Amino acid sequence: MTAAILLRGGRVIDPSQRMDAISDLLIEKDTIEALGTNIDVGSRDDVEIVDCAGRVVAPGFIDVHCHLREPGREDVETIATGARAAAAGGFTAVCAMPNTDPVTDNQAAVGFIIRQAARAKAARVYPIGAISLGQRGEALAEFGEMVGAGAVAVSDDGKPVASAHLMRTALEYARTFGIPVADHCEEPTLAAGGAMNEGLVSARLGLKGVPNEAEEIMVIRDILLARRTGGHVHLCHMSTHGSVELIRWGKERGVNVTAEVCPHHLSLTDEAVEGYNTNAKMNPPLRSAADVEAVQQAVHDGTIDVIATDHAPHHYDEKEREFADAPNGIVGLETALAVNMTWLVATGIIDLATLVEKMSCAPARIFRLAGGTLRRGNVADVTVFDPDAEWTVDPSRFRSKGRNTPYAGQKLKGRVHLTVVDGGVVFRQGE
Amino acid sequence: MSGLAAPPLGKDLLGLEPLTSEQITLILDTAEPFKEISERAIKKVPTLRGATIVNLFFEASTRTRVSFEFAEKRLSADTVNVASSGSSVQKGETLVDTARNLEAMRIDMVVIRHGASGAAQFLAERIESNVINAGDGTHEHPTQALLDMLTLRDHFKRIEGLKICIVGDVLHSRVARSNIWGLKKLGANVAVCGPRSLLPNAIDELEVEVFDRIEDAIEWADALNILRLQLERMQGGYIPSLREYNRVFGVSRERLERAPRDVLILHPGPMNRGVEIDSDVADGPFSVILDQVTNGVAVRMAVLYLLSGGKPELAEMAKGGGSR
Amino acid sequence: MTYSAVMPPKQSTVLDARAVDRALRRMADEIVELNAGTDDLIIVGIQRRGVQLAARIVSNISDREKAKVPLGALDITLYRDDLQTVGPRPVVGPTNIPADVDGRAVVIVDDVLYTGRTVRAALDELADFGRPKRIALAVLIDRGGRELPIQPDIVGKRVECAPGQRIDVLVEELDQKDAVVLSDREESA
Repeated sequence: MTAAILLRGGRVIDPSQRMDAISDLLIEKDTIEALGTNIDVGSRDDVEIVDCAGRVVAPGFIDVHCHLREPGREDVETIATGARAAAAGGFTAVCAMPNTDPVTDNQAAVGFIIRQAARAKAARVYPIGAISLGQRGEALAEFGEMVGAGAVAVSDDGKPVASAHLMRTALEYARTFGIPVADHCEEPTLAAGGAMNEGLVSARLGLKGVPNEAEEIMVIRDILLARRTGGHVHLCHMSTHGSVELIRWGKERGVNVTAEVCPHHLSLTDEAVEGYNTNAKMNPPLRSAADVEAVQQAVHDGTIDVIATDHAPHHYDEKEREFADAPNGIVGLETALAVNMTWLVATGIIDLATLVEKMSCAPARIFRLAGGTLRRGNVADVTVFDPDAEWTVDPSRFRSKGRNTPYAGQKLKGRVHLTVVDGGVVFRQGE
Repeated sequence: MSGLAAPPLGKDLLGLEPLTSEQITLILDTAEPFKEISERAIKKVPTLRGATIVNLFFEASTRTRVSFEFAEKRLSADTVNVASSGSSVQKGETLVDTARNLEAMRIDMVVIRHGASGAAQFLAERIESNVINAGDGTHEHPTQALLDMLTLRDHFKRIEGLKICIVGDVLHSRVARSNIWGLKKLGANVAVCGPRSLLPNAIDELEVEVFDRIEDAIEWADALNILRLQLERMQGGYIPSLREYNRVFGVSRERLERAPRDVLILHPGPMNRGVEIDSDVADGPFSVILDQVTNGVAVRMAVLYLLSGGKPELAEMAKGGGSR
Repeated sequence: MTYSAVMPPKQSTVLDARAVDRALRRMADEIVELNAGTDDLIIVGIQRRGVQLAARIVSNISDREKAKVPLGALDITLYRDDLQTVGPRPVVGPTNIPADVDGRAVVIVDDVLYTGRTVRAALDELADFGRPKRIALAVLIDRGGRELPIQPDIVGKRVECAPGQRIDVLVEELDQKDAVVLSDREESA
């Protein structure tokens, strides 16, 4: 275990310092020690030197939305396997959603996740606590206790907060602790029974569809409630052009609303369901081409703040079912960078700096987490990646236990080379 | 020319959307001689003797299952009926396991009816036996649409240019979807009529005309295919009551009498008399509902015959010798 | 003789139109003679060209005996014993037996008798229609090469054919002329 790491000659992209230049980066122990050209480490023998020529060096990626399934479904993912999958995807930190079994709605449960994450020694795992006890949508969980134990936000994700009254009180109560309330926007009666986007494909396949409005109705509701309460609402996995327009409306009026989008909603349409492909089934569903275009644009113009994965592993048997019965969700930690590079950067919709902003700086800022910057003195969470490397997605080689991805067999561009957390290497390509 | 010709329909019949107009016409043409067999004293030909066919019905259905059973037995096949209810999850045995078990018993063909859209394709992708979709969720019911088209062709001597209106709950109807694909591929003009809450939102993209009023549909159409209205729709909040549905959309003798021409009446059955169709229409002079049932057996025999196709490799070997 | 891929298959006409007509007239006479009259007689042609030949025979009988004998058509596709090997499904033609066969004398008419399997299928199919008192077989051409113990009662002409050859009956209704043609089998290209 070396005391220091020198990342030499990479293209350092750090939007927090408005930096995009070829530079060396020196990490001493767990801290970023120096940034500059030709850093000299003299004759030290305790420095690992990593050649980063042709590579990008960025503040470590942070995924604010993933499902690690532990406790309850360790057969499908554990905090350890999830943290390692995150590291392989270039993520130095992830936020774990509370829809575990039992639900993470109290300080003991939050503490459990913190301890399991520490044991994993891979990416950091920040627990998100539930909004309501058991995520039943009735009584508030103890936000204070959970934050005290380490929770960074609250959410009932997996489910929507059906009651506007509960959403309002959650936003107000969360103000005390300065945490965001993350909502899974889905109007339950409109979406009930839906298996995919409502449109021509669903009409042809004979599957009940979820209309865009199921998401948009809750989006505007949450924005209005955030406006009234002054609370911070974070809108999870936005997928429709209507949602994007509503978020713009809210931000123009100074509402404290932040929004996230997932790589799959930036790249795939509902046509991916063709043939009843359960690896294209998730909630919210893949939408139309017009929706994909709109969310891509929203990433470009800043309406969308953050790209998160909504990593949702499922057992092979569970997905090997009639479409309507298969559970929603796909894994995403290990393909996020490549999907974003292939569909957003390689196409010119955003530049690399914006990508790093969306995957690292903004998540850290919005959720008040360490990292998201390569400023001197900050924690050494760093991601090094090859922006041009092409590789074929092979789920059997994932570190995640989940194999449910719609990108299997596809050739994508952009590959993680090295992930450093707290000054220690937690992932090295080729290992 | 050597080179093995592909089986005319492929391995399975999952729906009409994947078929070409030639393939659909082949099935209808093949059904013609099979009609005659049902008129014989001995309603049997040895064509599928020794073949084992399983009727795997996850949804209760007497008429479709019985129709398939007659078709199979008249071709001298051995049939086994497996009735099951509920989804894989509820039953405990997954559809995958059911498929593998059937295959392990070396069956030749499976006729499957299931409540989940895509179930027939799911099964077909996992077993080598021929799979015939007898209705999967709200997706397709190809043999029903084929017998509807055969009945229309019997009466009008063509499909091309006919004006056919499908009346009722198109949103939840696999019969409607299969009919739309089949009729359009053979050049008919297709329309739908029903309350908008029971039509798919994307109906315009399916390129069918939409009539909001049954009177307009009747005035336009050469034939009406009247779908059964299910009670659940009322409970699901799609329509207020069966009574109102009948008053607004019911096909009655009075409404038909105001039509400019004789409109042929089809219904896939079973009928809710007095709801979507009045008795005097169902039993009236323009109803071909019973012909549909007769044609159903012939169409299903034709499909079984076409799918059961021989092994092309053996055909190559047999080419040397003659057979007269 | 050698066979070249470039040359068209060698053909020779075994019977021309007039010879076919003569044969059919004689066959019609023999059928009536075999049955000692036209009572209870039904002539059934096997699809495809047996049907046209049967129609001619019925017409010939009508000329001679001034009696209208019922004419039927039989498609034996569904009774073939080689359905499993024949590849894509052969098209099934119409079957029409115009009268009850119970207790009647049925004469099956076919164009060429070779292995006998078609006739075997026809016999099975007829059995599903009833129980004739007698079934006789009339063929225009018997080319030998039987694979089953089936023999014709009435024959137009016997022609020796090598396995590498084929003999085809052409009828005006389908082929624009009447003839019987012997040719070498085409190589599959």
